Amino acid sequence: MKSIRQVLFCVAILCFFFFLNHFLTLYLNPYYLQILIYAGINVILAISLNLVNAQTGQFSMGHAGFMAVGAYASAFFTDRVGPLLHSFFTHVLAFPDFFSSFFIFGFALVIAGCLSAGAGFIVGLPVLRLRGDYLAIATLGFGEIIRVMILNMDVVGGARGFTDIPIYTNVFWLGLCVYGTWMVIGNLIHSTKGRAFLAIREDEVAAECMGIHTTKYKVGAFVIGAFFAGVGGALLAHEVGYLHTNSFTFLRSIEIVVMVVLGGTSLVGSALAAIVLTLLPEVLRFFSEYRMVVYSLVLIFLMLARAKKWKST
Amino acid sequence: MLKINNLIVSYGNIKALQGVSLEVKEGEIVTLIGANGAGKTTLLKTISGLIAPVSGTIYYSKNEKNSSLNHMAPHEIVRLGVSQVPEGRMVFANLSVAENLDLGAFLRRDAREVRESLDKAFQLFPRLKERVTQNAGTLSGGEQQMLAIARALMAKPKLLLMDEPSLGLAPILVKEIFETIRKINQEGLSILLVEQNAHLALQLAHRAYVLETGKIVLEGPARELAMNEEVKKAYLGA
Ligand SMILES: Nc1ncnc2c1ncn2[C@@H]1O[C@H](COP(=O)(O)OP(=O)(O)O)[C@@H](O)[C@H]1O
Ligand SMILES: [Mg+2]
Repeated sequence: MKSIRQVLFCVAILCFFFFLNHFLTLYLNPYYLQILIYAGINVILAISLNLVNAQTGQFSMGHAGFMAVGAYASAFFTDRVGPLLHSFFTHVLAFPDFFSSFFIFGFALVIAGCLSAGAGFIVGLPVLRLRGDYLAIATLGFGEIIRVMILNMDVVGGARGFTDIPIYTNVFWLGLCVYGTWMVIGNLIHSTKGRAFLAIREDEVAAECMGIHTTKYKVGAFVIGAFFAGVGGALLAHEVGYLHTNSFTFLRSIEIVVMVVLGGTSLVGSALAAIVLTLLPEVLRFFSEYRMVVYSLVLIFLMLARAKKWKST
Repeated sequence: MLKINNLIVSYGNIKALQGVSLEVKEGEIVTLIGANGAGKTTLLKTISGLIAPVSGTIYYSKNEKNSSLNHMAPHEIVRLGVSQVPEGRMVFANLSVAENLDLGAFLRRDAREVRESLDKAFQLFPRLKERVTQNAGTLSGGEQQMLAIARALMAKPKLLLMDEPSLGLAPILVKEIFETIRKINQEGLSILLVEQNAHLALQLAHRAYVLETGKIVLEGPARELAMNEEVKKAYLGA
C-alpha cells in the first residue's frame, strides 16, 4: 500500500514538472526562461553548499571545482556516449526520441553527480582535517586544481573549451533536480542521524564525546554537497551548450558562498538568496556600465540588513 | 572497570602526563584532584580517545570482557559505555535542550529505552524539563552543567568521566550537582571525577588521587587523603 502511494507520488511529481515545462516554454519568453533556469541551478548549488558550510560548519570555497567535474563529465557523456545510446534506444529498442533523450540526460546527471561525489571524497578526506581559514584556503586551492586539470585535458577541449553540447536542460529537469536536492538534503538534516551535522558545527569535540564519528559525517556532508554541485554543473552545461574552465574559477565558488552566507543557516534562506542574487544583475541592467558597482552596493546593504536581523533574534 | 598503567601523553615537546597509573573499580566514585595545568583534562581526553597517548595502557572491562582503549576512536569508546562530561560543559548552544539530549543518545537504537532514559534525566533535573524547547546557549551556567551531565547519561554509560563539574558555579549549585553525582553513583554508575574543588570532591569520593605536573603524587581512600597534612595545605586551604 505504502509503496503504491510512493509510486503514484513520483508519477505525480514527474507529470507536474512535465506540464510545468510545457506550459512555461509555451508562454514564457526565452530570456525569462533562461533566468529561471539559472536561478534554479543556483538554488541547487546554494542548498548543497549549505549542507557543508552552514549545517556542518565546514567552510568550503571549492564548490565551483565540483560543479566543473559534473559539467564536464555529463557533457562528455552526452557528447560521446550519447549518440551511441541514442541509436541503440531508437533502433534496437524502438524508443521514441523523447524517451531516448530522457534516459541519456538522466544517466548524464547521475554520472555527473557520482563523479563529483568521488572528487569530493578524494578532496574531503585529507582537507577536512583542517579547520576554519585553513580549510577555506585548502578547498579553494583544490577547486582551482580541479579546474586547471580539466583545462589541460584535451579530450574535453582543453583551453579551446567544450563545444556543441546538446541542449537538454529544461524546466522539467530543473524542477526535478531542485526538488530532489531539496528533499535529500532537507530530510537528511532533519533526521536523527542528520543532527550529527549540526552537532559538529556547534562543537566538534563535544560531538565526538557523544559518539559521533565526526570524520565520517564531515566527509559525508562534503561528498553529498559535491554530488549536487555536480548535478548543478551538468544542468548548466546542457543549458549553455558550451563549457570553458573560466566559468569555474574560485569567483564562482565565492558567489555560491555569498548566497549561503546571505541566506543564513536555513535551506529556505539559501534558496531565496540564490534567487535574489541571480535576478539582481538582470534587474540592474538598467545601470549599464555601473551595474557591478550597484550590485556590490546592494550586496553590502543586504548583508548589513541580514546582520542586524541576526542580532535582534 | 578502568585500569590505566604508566600513561605518558605529550603535546609536542610538552609532557603533560608522565607515567600515570590509576584505577576505577566497579561502583566507585574516584576523584582526581590537582591544580590548574596538572594534566587532569589531558587524562580524561586520553581515556575518551580524543588524544593518543605516547605510551602506556588503558584497559576497560565490562561484564568480564576486557578491552584496550588505546587505539580506539572516541565513538567506539562511547559505544563501550564510557562517556565524558567535558570541561566547560560544551553544550550545543544553538540547539534546544531536547536536541542536546537526543544527541547524547546518538549511538542508541532502541527508541523506547531512550525514552525511558529521557524520563529519568528529567527526574534527575526537573529544571531541564521546564526548558526543553529552549536553546542550550540561553541556559544559566548551572543549568548548562545539568544539561551536560544529563546528555552524557543519555548514552547509558557504565563509566562516567566528569571534568570539573563545579567550575564557575555558585556553591549552592555545586552542592546540588554533587548530590546528583552521589545519586547516579548509587544507581550503579562508576565515576571518575576530576576536580579542583578538593574539599567537596574528597567528601563525595570513595578513593582519590592527587596529580601534580603530570604525576600521581598521592593516592588512597578519600577520607584519609582529606586528613593528609600535605593535601590540607595544598588543596584544602587549611
Ligand atoms: N592542546 C594543547 N597543546 C599544548 N599544550 C597543552 C594543550 N592542552 C593542554 N596543554 C598543556 O598540558 C598541561 C596539562 O593541561 P590540562 O590537562 O588541561 O590540565 P588541567 O586540566 O589539569 O588544568 C598544561 O601544561 C597545558 O598547558
Ligand atoms: Mg582541565
